[in-house]
Amino acid sequence: MHAIVQYIQSYLSSNETPGTAGNFFWATVYVLLVFVGLSIAVIAMNWLERKILAHMQVRLGPMRVGPHGLLQPIADALKLLLKEDIIPDGADKVVFWIAPFIVVLAAFTVFVVVPFGPTHAITDMNIGILFMLGVSSLSVLGIVTAGWASNSHYPLIGALRSSAQMVSYEVAMGLAVVSAILMTSLNESSTGTLSMIGIVQAQQEQGVWFLFKFFPLGIIAFGIFAIAMVAETNRAPFDLPEAESELTAGFHTEYSGFRWSLFFLAEYSAMIAVSSIAVTLWLGGWLRPFPNLLQGSTWELAFSFVPGVTFLLLGAICFYNTARMPKHPLFKIQTLGLAGFGAVLALIGLVMFLPPVRDRVGDIFWFSAKVAGFMYLYIWYRGTFPRYRFDQLMKVGWKVLLPTGLALLILTAVVGMRAELLAQVKEVFQR
Amino acid sequence: MNPSLASNPPVATPFFFYGLAAIMIIGGIMVITRKNAVHSALALITTLLAQAALYLMLYAPFVAGVQIILYAGGIMVLFLFVIMLISIERAEKERQFNKQWLVGIAAAGALGGLFITVYTTTTKGRVLFPEGRTSYVDMQNTQGIANLLFDQHGGTYMFAFEIASLLLLVAIIGAVVMAKKRI
Repeated sequence: MHAIVQYIQSYLSSNETPGTAGNFFWATVYVLLVFVGLSIAVIAMNWLERKILAHMQVRLGPMRVGPHGLLQPIADALKLLLKEDIIPDGADKVVFWIAPFIVVLAAFTVFVVVPFGPTHAITDMNIGILFMLGVSSLSVLGIVTAGWASNSHYPLIGALRSSAQMVSYEVAMGLAVVSAILMTSLNESSTGTLSMIGIVQAQQEQGVWFLFKFFPLGIIAFGIFAIAMVAETNRAPFDLPEAESELTAGFHTEYSGFRWSLFFLAEYSAMIAVSSIAVTLWLGGWLRPFPNLLQGSTWELAFSFVPGVTFLLLGAICFYNTARMPKHPLFKIQTLGLAGFGAVLALIGLVMFLPPVRDRVGDIFWFSAKVAGFMYLYIWYRGTFPRYRFDQLMKVGWKVLLPTGLALLILTAVVGMRAELLAQVKEVFQR
Repeated sequence: MNPSLASNPPVATPFFFYGLAAIMIIGGIMVITRKNAVHSALALITTLLAQAALYLMLYAPFVAGVQIILYAGGIMVLFLFVIMLISIERAEKERQFNKQWLVGIAAAGALGGLFITVYTTTTKGRVLFPEGRTSYVDMQNTQGIANLLFDQHGGTYMFAFEIASLLLLVAIIGAVVMAKKRI
């Protein structure tokens, strides 16, 4: 027992990711943790999206299953698992069967390199960002094969739209990413990095999030990425591959039950994946706000309390709503359940105040908080923007984002190399 | 950050090589034997991914990443995009192999023989391909490629690289000109 505790403690004080240290055991633990965390995030996202969308449209949203519909995602999951799994008669069985797995694999594999903290990543790859872009681009294969294998018109059209859309927006996305990677090379040795952890460390060294680097340039690159990533994940206002008013449900029209829920899972985890790319490249990854401006042990302490306070606040909201529950005896179990949920949240908040937990959890919290901001944006877009027409979509991708991205790349390079360029110009004039 | 060889022996063992090579060969055979073009394309994707893993074994992560992005992610999607529109019923009736299979086998055998000969040939008592694993260069692969391309002293491959991309540009312009009579 003592040996186990010592082993865990020795690991907690190490400063490497398990992948870099070549430690199979901890890598497995991290993989499981990320998998469980992602699943919980997808479940929470499902509830939040329905609730927030409903409130934006002045509705109540799910209210029946559990207090304020909190158990609705679980009920949905049960329903999906119990549903009949239909494979259409004319479908290509093997491809129809494989397609959802391709999508899920692509969406989950990218989390191998997502840096939740300087040591809280499964591994740190030399080619981290390239790996993320590459593997997440494989999910389009799953969508295309799903649409084709259904042997039906709507899915095929959805798949065609999806492949055209994702391939076009990948180009603009790549250009925006490259301009951020260029910024990582602005140090003394002038070598950049593609590793996800390295990119955040570069922002730490330069003392600025790449969002605010070279003032308008960083924000424009981020804007291009933010638009392209919505198109890349097939979300509103770019959800043409599954436009329900035109194509019933697009590429997954013929899917039902468990297979459909795999598509659902993949869509949401892909959203989290691209958001974490954006957070890593432009929003300083796991760094807390103002790490240089508000320095000192007092500020460190103050910011390390934020995760605990957040959870306490969530617990307080639960207790507030417990008090507001209807007093009818039928609602007794729901009221008790909500109070219990609030107590669990408050307990988590209290645990996060403990010094050893506080030190280890801060980076994960800031990373997740930033990603959560993006998740809210996704819901907000869906509640606000009307769907684009296909020609408009292509126009935005090829005629606006791509030229802007190219110009941005050149400008970033010029501004980054301005000292060297000026020196060369001076040399020419002195001759 | 680089794991040193002493504390961290490479995971790339012959076992992985034979596994990946088997996947590639099976995938390659499936590409030409499937009647359904989409199945062929999926087999080709498997082959390309296994190839990317082979690059990883050779400590070339950048090349592996580019292989996944360009071939498996980009080009194969465009392939599928076109293939999806082919009528399967007609494709099933088409004759799949022509009568040149004898010549083809002869050519493939000759090429394989050439490879084996080159692999086993010794010059001055030394084999061309030394036994064992590739040495792990203590420099990051991406930076290594950048140095080969752009370094002022060692950037010898810049010209070849640019010429290759010019070739691609010519192909693109040619395709546009051929496809569109009036531009």
